[in-house]
Amino acid sequence: MEFNDDAVKMQDDVGKPWRYEEDGCTVTRTCVWSAPGCHPVGCGLKVYVKDGEVVKIEGDENHPVTKGRLCVRCLAMKDFLYHPDRIIYPMKRDRADRGKDKWERCSWDEAIAIIKKNYDEVKEKYGVQSMVAFMGTGRQGNIGATGAHRVLGTPNGCYPLSGFSCYGPRVSITMDVIGSSYPEIDYAGGLPGGYEDPAFTVPEIIIQWGKEPIYSSPDGFFGHAIIDLMKRGAKLINVNPRITWTGSRAIENVRLRPGTDAALAMAMLNVIIEEKLYDAEFVDLWCYGFEQLAERVKEMPPSKAAEICEVPEEQIIRVARLYANAKPASIAWGVSIDQSPNGSQAGQAILALMSITGNMDVPGGQVLVDMTAGDGGMQEDIDSVGWPEMKQELRDTIIGREEFPFYTGGLKMSQADRQLDALETGKPYGIHLTWLGETNIIAPTCSAQPKRWYDALRKVDFNFATDTWMTPTIQGCCDVVLPLASSLEMETIVPTHYGGSPNYVGALNKCVKCGEAVPEWELYRILGLALNPEAWENREKDFKEFYDIAMMRAYEFDYDELQEKVVIQRDVSYRKYETGKLRPDGAKGFNTSTGRIQLYSPMFEAVGENPLPYYFEAPTTPISTPELAKEYPFTMMSGAREIGYFHSEGRQIEKLRDLCPDPLVELNPKDAETYGIKAGDWVRIENPWGLAFLKAKVTPIIKEGYIQAQHGWWFPEEDAEAPHLYGVWKSNINTLIPHSRMGKLGFGAPFRTTLVKISKAHEDDLVEADRFGLEGEDGKPLVHTDNFFRIDDPTLDPTAR
Amino acid sequence: MSEYGLLIDYEYCTNCHSCEVACEETHDFPPEARGIRVFEDGPFEYADGKWNWNYVPVPSDRCDLCARRVMNHQQPACVHHCLAQVMQFGRIDDLVEEFKKKPRQVLWMPN
Repeated sequence: MEFNDDAVKMQDDVGKPWRYEEDGCTVTRTCVWSAPGCHPVGCGLKVYVKDGEVVKIEGDENHPVTKGRLCVRCLAMKDFLYHPDRIIYPMKRDRADRGKDKWERCSWDEAIAIIKKNYDEVKEKYGVQSMVAFMGTGRQGNIGATGAHRVLGTPNGCYPLSGFSCYGPRVSITMDVIGSSYPEIDYAGGLPGGYEDPAFTVPEIIIQWGKEPIYSSPDGFFGHAIIDLMKRGAKLINVNPRITWTGSRAIENVRLRPGTDAALAMAMLNVIIEEKLYDAEFVDLWCYGFEQLAERVKEMPPSKAAEICEVPEEQIIRVARLYANAKPASIAWGVSIDQSPNGSQAGQAILALMSITGNMDVPGGQVLVDMTAGDGGMQEDIDSVGWPEMKQELRDTIIGREEFPFYTGGLKMSQADRQLDALETGKPYGIHLTWLGETNIIAPTCSAQPKRWYDALRKVDFNFATDTWMTPTIQGCCDVVLPLASSLEMETIVPTHYGGSPNYVGALNKCVKCGEAVPEWELYRILGLALNPEAWENREKDFKEFYDIAMMRAYEFDYDELQEKVVIQRDVSYRKYETGKLRPDGAKGFNTSTGRIQLYSPMFEAVGENPLPYYFEAPTTPISTPELAKEYPFTMMSGAREIGYFHSEGRQIEKLRDLCPDPLVELNPKDAETYGIKAGDWVRIENPWGLAFLKAKVTPIIKEGYIQAQHGWWFPEEDAEAPHLYGVWKSNINTLIPHSRMGKLGFGAPFRTTLVKISKAHEDDLVEADRFGLEGEDGKPLVHTDNFFRIDDPTLDPTAR
Repeated sequence: MSEYGLLIDYEYCTNCHSCEVACEETHDFPPEARGIRVFEDGPFEYADGKWNWNYVPVPSDRCDLCARRVMNHQQPACVHHCLAQVMQFGRIDDLVEEFKKKPRQVLWMPN
């Protein structure tokens, strides 16, 4: 291809204002955060609008981190905005027609009036605690907290994923151990010079622990920063049962048995302490409980961990030395740790690794948020909107409070598993109204035992949803739907890590309007004024003021300034334990009860948990349940992300579906041969709890005896009505995850350690999934019974008897 | 006038698909007939425990290096949006010099 050299001299849009005109289009520079679903990374976009319609989307090269780069979900966003299946008007349906595709468009006024009528009736008859606001993941509005506490006025906001197995455990544990939110790896996100900034140091080693961030950009972290750092010399160590793509470029792959992370981390601590590879000065000045920790990890020599984790002893020693000797080094903590019932202890031990090696809050290590100058208190501000005003006796009714005080007290949300128990059994009290806030509970994403959730939700007096798409959950269970706006239809802010990490804050600048969809925070105000006016009247005059008060009061800039600048970096500073910036009171040290990093946790002790890390076997493994393993010899892992989808979202969009058209289960070539399964065959996966069908992907990246199943699948092109519900049961791997197998703090679930058996399936078998677990052999609906299982009392497990 | 092409550092291509979807969006191509496609080699393990797993984006016959964009002084859509920043657009003569600097790269000169 030939060009005239002068004609193709490259220019860019660096320095352009937040809004400008170009070729008959109005171009708006903005950042994005759900919808389309994503965590608060806030990638930069240039949105070209003509005659009120988006005609083109480009990555914004002004963004200090993403620099014009964009993932497929934003590149295909026009198809999201204008897809015929998107919900852009309120809809209603008669309660008797749940599961039937009999939706009718209605006005906002009518929809709100229906919700209010039901709300008032339930409130009067059963009290506000009989209502629950459920939330999904990664969304802007915190329906589980603000929606529950301030809009409905109930203490029961709930993230329904069994054991809150995503990020919540991580934040709760780190708040206790280091007095901060999750300490993200340092990728120079807040430094004006980026990776080349003199304040930054490229880490010598990055451990990706149960994490492949390049495809998920998790929690607010731009995943491809890993690639940027690799190019600049960082070496990777992957801790992962599978070989991932980055694993093919890593210097070590620690292929541990899933769920054994705590044993590995303790053994690494054992080596580092034994060989005196830790930062003695930092430990002496800033850590609490080092001697007790040292004593505890003596119980886990590398030889013992090698047996538990099924990795070579020498590799554990080698990796511990590599990590401890690298200056600096960082650890990226993945959701697979949050998803383990033993994850609280694994997390505690990983935080100890970061701390005793002197990598906490140093350039190229883990970065902590400045508690005195911005984001520090923000998450708490949002979470607590409505909570402080709630009467104590009402707060005390939050589901799961007595059993799980650390969970319910810290997150101010009802415990997920106990919430299902309450729905099923009416104990401690019945649930009569729910709000499904952007959560597709019954798709294999946001719950364990989705068929039980489905049965339970269908019996609730009134359910309404707020969402961007029709989902199997709404189709099966809801009576009213309110339409939510996408990122391009609203004004709000996106702080990385929900404000829990420094780096940067972005503005979402409104570009277009679609139908009658409204942004989350605006929706809170509309609903709040109707349902719970005393909490909303005479407060913020509009939603913009709500941001300024609730979300931005700690920043030195306001919403208008952010809108104009589009992104404001948070000016990362380091070693803040020396400068008093980690504590709201300005004292030196960490924001914990001892002022130090609590390697020994007094809080854990106070709530009945062991104050030091320890290992316990996951609830369903060949070791903990050997009888079960005889019949179900495979260990199923789940949760790995595909870049085109955000969990259960995106399968209607042709360009994204093309990247991953079918639900896939990975299995080792030897296992495939043994079971006569070829690539592309349907595989039947079953265990005592559930049944799912996925297509085989035969690959050596997974060890023999393990399978990795994709989550999130449903088929928008299939029959909408119950019981099929867009094929939501066909590939529903969460039906195989037992309910209520959390750790003592109420966190974790066996999403990566479930025993199953596999066989080759035929297309005709697939319909079975619509009946299994929903009706008995007599064709009558199954009745689900109590299942108050606790990890420390396996005799309560009805299925293990 | 000079010959132009694409230099791709496949050591860092993560198969994020951004080049493919950016191409579809820019040219209104359907997914099955787009201007670039990422091919996979591997994954497989060698006897020494090293893994071979490479992705290589390959322009199709309809790739015109985003002629309309580049004449408007903008990078081709795939180059602009590549998450791993592994693609360079430029004069073949210049790209050859870059090509010599590191292994695991490919140089493309489309039609």
